[in-house]
Amino acid sequence: MAATTMTTTTANVAAYDGTPRSSSQALRQNLARGARRLTRNPLTVAGLVVVLGLLLLAAFAPWIATHDPFAQNLSKTLQAPGAEHWFGTDEYGRDIFSRLVHGSRITLYIISLVTIVVGPIGLAVGVISGYFGGWVDTVFMRITDIFISFPGLVLALAFVAALGPGLDHAIIAIALTAWPPIARLARAETLSLRKADFVVAVQLQGASSLRILVRHIAPMCLSSVIVRLTMNMAGVILTAAGLGFLGLGAQPPIPEWGAMISSGRRYMMECWWLVAMPGAAIMMVSLAFNLLGDGLRDVLDPRSE
Amino acid sequence: MAKTMTMNTPANGPTIQVDKLNLSFGIGASANQVLYDVDFSVEEGEAFGLVGESGSGKTTVLRCLAGQYDHWQGSLSIHGQKLGRKLDRARCRKVQMVFQDPYGSLHPRHTVETALAEPLAIHGIGDRDARIDAILSKVGLPLSFRFRYPHQLSGGQRQRVAIARALILEPRILLLDEPTSALDVSVQAEILNLLADLRVRDGLTYLLVTHDLGVVAHLCDRVAVMQQGRIVDMQECAALSGSMPTHPYTRMLVEASRHYSREMAQIAATDAAAASRVAA
Repeated sequence: MAATTMTTTTANVAAYDGTPRSSSQALRQNLARGARRLTRNPLTVAGLVVVLGLLLLAAFAPWIATHDPFAQNLSKTLQAPGAEHWFGTDEYGRDIFSRLVHGSRITLYIISLVTIVVGPIGLAVGVISGYFGGWVDTVFMRITDIFISFPGLVLALAFVAALGPGLDHAIIAIALTAWPPIARLARAETLSLRKADFVVAVQLQGASSLRILVRHIAPMCLSSVIVRLTMNMAGVILTAAGLGFLGLGAQPPIPEWGAMISSGRRYMMECWWLVAMPGAAIMMVSLAFNLLGDGLRDVLDPRSE
Repeated sequence: MAKTMTMNTPANGPTIQVDKLNLSFGIGASANQVLYDVDFSVEEGEAFGLVGESGSGKTTVLRCLAGQYDHWQGSLSIHGQKLGRKLDRARCRKVQMVFQDPYGSLHPRHTVETALAEPLAIHGIGDRDARIDAILSKVGLPLSFRFRYPHQLSGGQRQRVAIARALILEPRILLLDEPTSALDVSVQAEILNLLADLRVRDGLTYLLVTHDLGVVAHLCDRVAVMQQGRIVDMQECAALSGSMPTHPYTRMLVEASRHYSREMAQIAATDAAAASRVAA
């Protein structure tokens, strides 16, 4: 990083040739710097590779899968992993590898929907609560406290029990339990920012509260929220798998990983692959999201710059 | 630049008038009064200094004028118009502020261009490109700095951006909250010279808060000395550097500042002048 050894006099810095010539170039330089920092940590790269692999797997599932994930073959039930069925077959003779590949789509569907719902809600509640303070803060934070004081899985169970089992209901239930930590995080960030000089400066320029929140405070909270969401994805996958395991998430014959473990547990002692394969998939993806989250925190956290 | 703005002719009274300004924090028995009957007025085009040690309330006065507190008592007026407790857009175009810490006063994720375009967007002012270029050259920054982020700028350059941001709405009054105390000595002189030039060129009125009597002597016409929330003395700056002031607290401040090496500041000032000649 020779560029950082800038001299302080105006004359010398004008000749510094890394100076961006347009705002898009400035943005690109910023992104490139972030990407360099992200790829410096081998663990982060490992996480990134697994997550990208998951994306590719989901995108090309029909071409990657060797069998139809729903096709039953009762003459070939509970076969051990081998040349024909790479990860073996389950109690209905379905190919476990193909079911795992198609299950990646369901996992991604759950993560992305939960994130899309939870991120904006948590950010909005936290930022508004932290910026305005007073009774707004009190009301929002007491609601958040109520949600946070239940164990996530139990609350999700209650919601699913009320709404009825199913994948979409499981997603709603997970989203309802996942936003409060995000809101708290965004509120804490906002509290530290709202008296910052750059916020006072823009207030003094006559900016409306909406403009300050959207353009000045939310972008500063966004990085820690993204990090937290990435870390949360592991938890979301596990909760979804847990709900699936309890029979309250995806319903058979959908090849959801948790549901696969659940149906395989009756044969677990004799046929380890029924449980081990989806279990390993869940573990790898959760671990990958955790590693990626750690790496993103190193890049995005303004305090680490 | 001044042609586009709605000039407020100082027909009625001084530019800044502060009368019996009182402020306290907390309520009831735990109330802590920080300002006691602060009175002063600043004329059009004048540079007025507020000095005092930490906690004397000088920055608080500035923040009241900047609309950061809304529970003060007394009266504040600008160009003869009483100030309300809330900021409004018209006031924002008259009064702007430069902060002490150039590292905290610029949004870390906004480029110089974004920071300077923001006030123009808020007030719906067009012709942004030309205005940004004009203001950058006015504060002595190369136009190529336009797309830099604050972390790509030095402290002095950041403070120039902060001054540019304050001036882009073409205010008549600039509130300066220790604008040089976070900078190193040679850069301090550059920024002070810039502020002095801008005042002469645009006829700005300055209200400067500082604990550095050297800064006051360089920039200000008159100075008020604050101690524990009260103005205890008011002087012409010329009188301050010449004979010994009469008020004991002012005398103490002046004596303290004389021990501070005058030679060092002088060397720094000539260095800075040389550097700015090279830059130009």
